[in-house]
Amino acid sequence: MSIKFRDLLALEPLTADELSFLLDQSKPFQEIQKHPLKKLATLRGKTVALAFFETSTRTRISFGAAASRLGADTMNLQAEASSLKKGETLLDTVFNLNAMKPDCLVMRHAASGATDYVARHLDIPVVNAGDGTHEHPSQGLLDALTIRDRLGTIKNLNVTILGDILHSRVARSNIHLLGKFGCKFTLCGPAMWVPRELERIAPGTSIRCVYRIEEALDGADVIMMLRVQTERLDDPPLSANDYVLLYQLNAVRLRRASPNAIVLHPGPMNRGIEITPEVADGPQSCVLEQVTNGVAVRMTILYLLIGGATESGTHPALEVKSKESTNASD
Amino acid sequence: MLLIKNGRVIDPASKMDAALDVLLDGEKIKEVGPAGKIASPQGAEILDASGLIVAPGFIDLHAHLREPGQESSETIETGTRAAARGGFTAVCSMPNTKPVNDNASVTRFILDRAKAAGSVRVWPIGAASVGSKGEAIAEIAAMKEAGIVAVSDDGKPIATAKLARQVMDYCRSLDLPVIEHSEDVSLAAGAVMREGVTSTRMGLRGMPAAAESVCVARDLQLAELTGARLHVAHLSAKASLEQVRWAKSRGLRVSCEVTPHHFTLIDEDVQYDSKFKMNPPLAAREDREALLAGLADGTVDAIATDHAPHEPALKDVEFDRAPFGVLGFETALGLALEQLVQSGRLSLMRMVELFTTGPARVLGIERKIAGGQPADLTIFSTDRAWTYNVKESPSKSRNSPFGGRTFKGGAVATIVVGRIVHQVQ
Repeated sequence: MSIKFRDLLALEPLTADELSFLLDQSKPFQEIQKHPLKKLATLRGKTVALAFFETSTRTRISFGAAASRLGADTMNLQAEASSLKKGETLLDTVFNLNAMKPDCLVMRHAASGATDYVARHLDIPVVNAGDGTHEHPSQGLLDALTIRDRLGTIKNLNVTILGDILHSRVARSNIHLLGKFGCKFTLCGPAMWVPRELERIAPGTSIRCVYRIEEALDGADVIMMLRVQTERLDDPPLSANDYVLLYQLNAVRLRRASPNAIVLHPGPMNRGIEITPEVADGPQSCVLEQVTNGVAVRMTILYLLIGGATESGTHPALEVKSKESTNASD
Repeated sequence: MLLIKNGRVIDPASKMDAALDVLLDGEKIKEVGPAGKIASPQGAEILDASGLIVAPGFIDLHAHLREPGQESSETIETGTRAAARGGFTAVCSMPNTKPVNDNASVTRFILDRAKAAGSVRVWPIGAASVGSKGEAIAEIAAMKEAGIVAVSDDGKPIATAKLARQVMDYCRSLDLPVIEHSEDVSLAAGAVMREGVTSTRMGLRGMPAAAESVCVARDLQLAELTGARLHVAHLSAKASLEQVRWAKSRGLRVSCEVTPHHFTLIDEDVQYDSKFKMNPPLAAREDREALLAGLADGTVDAIATDHAPHEPALKDVEFDRAPFGVLGFETALGLALEQLVQSGRLSLMRMVELFTTGPARVLGIERKIAGGQPADLTIFSTDRAWTYNVKESPSKSRNSPFGGRTFKGGAVATIVVGRIVHQVQ
């Protein structure tokens, strides 16, 4: 089975089959990460434009590594280096970038929907690397991959998300992906960050908002932490001490979850605020696997959007392997 | 002279709905009589209104014509041409121009430009406070002498309860209505749409309905305190409407308007496209239902467009960065026919009232079809199909969520001071 994707703007509109396909296609790319030589020639001669209108370290580097491991070149645009500050509109900036003929645009922007808006005006594939507080599709996919590796499935799990969910694009992408596989969500945090409206953002998915962490952790299979910012631009600040008191994930609280429960965090972590070091570094934590899987997932995205399926129908990562073995027998 | 023949005259002031001919003589209506009974005077122009509705001239209580200061988005000339196409014979222009209409010379400038444009009437609304900054009271009396019909700090509420109270007191003595853009700006800060499931799903910052209703409550209490004529602009929330209903039941001199986009669309219609961004934002499904009920039961006094042009260079940006506002003149009647009349919710008479005698009462003027009345008439069809091509609008802006929509019925001729300023051939 092969599925074509024009853009990757959000996980919400994707079906379970499409999501499974993306995850399955990532498997061989995960294997590549373990090889001493990780570079493929799949996208040789292709160019990926990375346009980050909002600061990012790991996502930008991860997409860069993914492009480079597929043999593609990259063009980098960062907000501070761009002409946005000189009054150019987003569309003009992107049109200029597009005039340099990249084969794909990977874009992050602080405004929700900015990637949808740009994609409507471009004829090349657009990948959303995080738009405001809307979605972060590649993070949702890499989280699902990590869960599947650890727990063997992404079906029918009890998933607890802790923190500032209202402002989290990671939470939304995870809900839209895992919800399609029967996962049930418990969202927990201070009430102003966990509005009841969240229970209805994904019709068909069971989502409940609770305000006591003990209740949220009971029987959880997956615990997703979010980075907590107690100071936000438009809202009154929240006491960090109160947050720690009520919602910090520590080892004692973690015991309420299922014994095999895993802990994810999209990073960057505030050790000592939302999570204690013993949990962050403990056996249940998957934080670094998430980062490794991020490269694999982003290779999948770029490969499918730019390269499409190979003529032979073989996965590029497997093609290399078969060539290697052919060479060995020569 | 202009003789309008064979039309169906709908006149809410006299509750008249009959086949009548109307003879206009310059600025005034000369005669209204049974169809075919008025002899055509020598040299009179004849307009055959067979199959059409002849109504008093439509009044829009709420429009932004952007001149002076933002002429790349609209001018009085382009805006009034768009208004004429929509069937409006008079539009009230909000004072948030650059400079703000907070003194008589700006008021006179607007009136001069409107006269030069020679299309529909422009009735300026003066700022309540100097620069609409919410500090000192503007020179309201001088502006009244120059021709303003109301005061407002539209775009935002009068900044403090204290100032709002003083403006209301003052305007009561001047017999001017105070039009309030009721919004608690701290609750609305940073928001780009209505708060709800849709804003939460889309990750767009929402303002709660209370951002409006909290301020409506303030303003109604102050209207009671001062006895002023208070008009709530672009009312969008059920809670606000219930409070206006309560205030009216207490006999306060309170009125309100609703926009076509608020009685047509809801927050669930919002896409990542700034033509769905306006303030107040598109409200919840239940708010729209309440507005429709209020339009039917008389709680709502007027349909007003809040025509708010923004040139593409300003509006065609990320949703978060785009200014609030949508075009309104050309689609108001079509939407009212579709949403209110063709849906069976309102009679045609009531809809006409919301465009004519309703807004006239807010301004304290008469509006009816009778001898001696101003020769302003709106002639419209209730069944001609047409499609709104926003690219062909006389407006300088294109920010309408209704581009490409097909309507059943719309303005066919707009007559101002006895002269046809717009006519569909």
